[in-house]
Amino acid sequence: MVFPRQKLLAQKRDAAEARLAPLSLPQGGKWITAARENARARLSAMGLPVKRDEYWKYTDPATLTAAEAPEAALFQTADEAPLFDAQDRLKIVFVDGVFDAAASDDLALEGVEIALLSEAAQSDLHWARDLYGALEADGQKPVERPLATFNTAHATEGVLIRATGKAARPISLVYRRRDAGADAVLHHVVKLEPGAELTVLEDGPAAARFNQVMEADVADGATLHHVRAQGRDHERRTAAHLFARLGEGSVFKSFTLTANGAMVRNEAVIRLNGKGGVAHIAGTTVGDGAFHHDDTVFITHAAPGCESRQVFKKVLRHGAVGVFQGKILVEQPAQLTDGYQISQALLLDENAQFLAKPELEIYADDVKCSHGSTSGEIDPTSLFYLRARGIPDAEAKLLLVLAFLAEALDEIEDPSLAEDLRERIENWLRRHAD
Amino acid sequence: MLEIKNLHAELEEDSEVKILHGVDLAVKAGEVHAIMGPNGSGKSTLGYVLSGRDGYEVTEGSATLEGADLLDMEPEERAAAGLFLAFQYPVEIPGVGNMTFMRTAVNAQRKARGQEELSAGDFLKLVRAKAKDLKIEPEMLKRPVNTGFSGGEKKRNEILQMALLEPKMCVLDETDSGLDVDAMKLVADGVNALRDEGRAFLVITHYQRLLNHITPDVVHIMSEGRIIRTGGPELALEVEEQGYGHILEAV
Repeated sequence: MVFPRQKLLAQKRDAAEARLAPLSLPQGGKWITAARENARARLSAMGLPVKRDEYWKYTDPATLTAAEAPEAALFQTADEAPLFDAQDRLKIVFVDGVFDAAASDDLALEGVEIALLSEAAQSDLHWARDLYGALEADGQKPVERPLATFNTAHATEGVLIRATGKAARPISLVYRRRDAGADAVLHHVVKLEPGAELTVLEDGPAAARFNQVMEADVADGATLHHVRAQGRDHERRTAAHLFARLGEGSVFKSFTLTANGAMVRNEAVIRLNGKGGVAHIAGTTVGDGAFHHDDTVFITHAAPGCESRQVFKKVLRHGAVGVFQGKILVEQPAQLTDGYQISQALLLDENAQFLAKPELEIYADDVKCSHGSTSGEIDPTSLFYLRARGIPDAEAKLLLVLAFLAEALDEIEDPSLAEDLRERIENWLRRHAD
Repeated sequence: MLEIKNLHAELEEDSEVKILHGVDLAVKAGEVHAIMGPNGSGKSTLGYVLSGRDGYEVTEGSATLEGADLLDMEPEERAAAGLFLAFQYPVEIPGVGNMTFMRTAVNAQRKARGQEELSAGDFLKLVRAKAKDLKIEPEMLKRPVNTGFSGGEKKRNEILQMALLEPKMCVLDETDSGLDVDAMKLVADGVNALRDEGRAFLVITHYQRLLNHITPDVVHIMSEGRIIRTGGPELALEVEEQGYGHILEAV
């Protein structure tokens, strides 16, 4: 007799085998080869996700795990200014996942060490050795995230950032596309030494299929801001994983805007390891048509007196599907935890769908945790009030949609970055008004 | 200005519930008319039907503003044509800034009328001046629309919108409800400041007390979806002294 669990594992291992068979591990120095071999072994043991996985109940992983990346038409952006253009930033550009030196700035920033993974991988030793694949491996419990493990094994490019002080400007990772069928894998490591401060920006459609991992180690008293925009190119597919480990009194705030995309799964796996750490993970999603977007968040409170917030808002129409799986795990030592989680969807027509699975698991007895999840339509009374003042129907709806998203955008600490994204969303909504 | 003839309306989702049973009313430019009546007489519904709120079906009759058919227009077109409804319960809209809301409204109406839109700077000057007259703190302009406003602040915010939009025909739906005497006086002063020969008002109220501050030219008594009596300001005093029962019996 074959038990269902064994049968599922066999299926997952078959999927991993099929995916890995044609691929050999990239060449590199000792430290990275060790990490890659370790990841490949872990992946062979756990397998790749399949539809029957509980953690993939609402999102079919097939196109993310298939050997070939489905093509995605390139979006014309001539009428749109690049995002974050007005920001004074250090730009690092990738085209279809390949570093573009000519389009990038010098990788020099006071208080920050920046290296490309492709270069660091050639040496036998690098500071990133202690983190690369390590936070990812830690993040596999209690739930496996095999696509991230695949990334650790097969990524050949990415940025390794180590901040020792307060960075003078944000580091901006720009993901451009050229080829309709490119399959890109990027793996970034961000290490903040005690007391360091850094902002990392990300934007662009990246590739037809994009597998991305960012591992962030935020040491005691350090602050990391992360603002990401995944947009345009409606047929693109993305699996992104964010692993963060927070020290005492540190702060990590991450915000993601997603505008369309055939399949997007953003996972954030956060561990609050030191007293008084603060982690805010937020996002807004706007989807129109054949769009599937999944935010999967897992925040572990392992130390006392930490605060975590999850704020996710999705606007969906014409068959778009939004998924939210968010968990707060409070371990026994994490007394005086303050955990908050809200996920809300605004469904602009009857064809849109929002699937939410909020979870709390608490082993400490003196904590404050709340979660809420709602889905609804535009409030007709508010709409009438605006129209009765002369605001045309479409404009009134736009105001109300932006109002709905505001709570999530407010999570971005820098108002000029929030405004950049708000404008981007407004333009998108105008393009997609009925 | 406003001409309502034989207006009949029922609930859209339940045609058994008929609310207006043939309202006839003509308000000339420069005039202030009051509509009084007991609860459930159809006063507020008249305001909603005129401004185009969903949920009501007009089955008979007409309503025109300076000859233009109101019932054929979208709510925003009615507003641009010069109709303004001051809500009995102004709606709280978290996430939309009060200032953004009012500027969007003013400019949408200007655009609809083929006028040039106001710049952010010009609008700011305008709104500050008008807000000061109504004793509206600048702080209130920065907050989300009506969100966390007291009853008095909400009503003053309605009058501020009216002052900014400069409508021709103002319908005030129980603007006195929930106001203390001082707040009512402030609101009434705001309304009186807008009175001129090109503008008309329809003041819907339960009580005569608002009419001490906003003196009407004509008073109508509404009952069971129609206007049953029309007179001068003295009619309001009669209601105040003797109640509606006496007037309803007499009809």
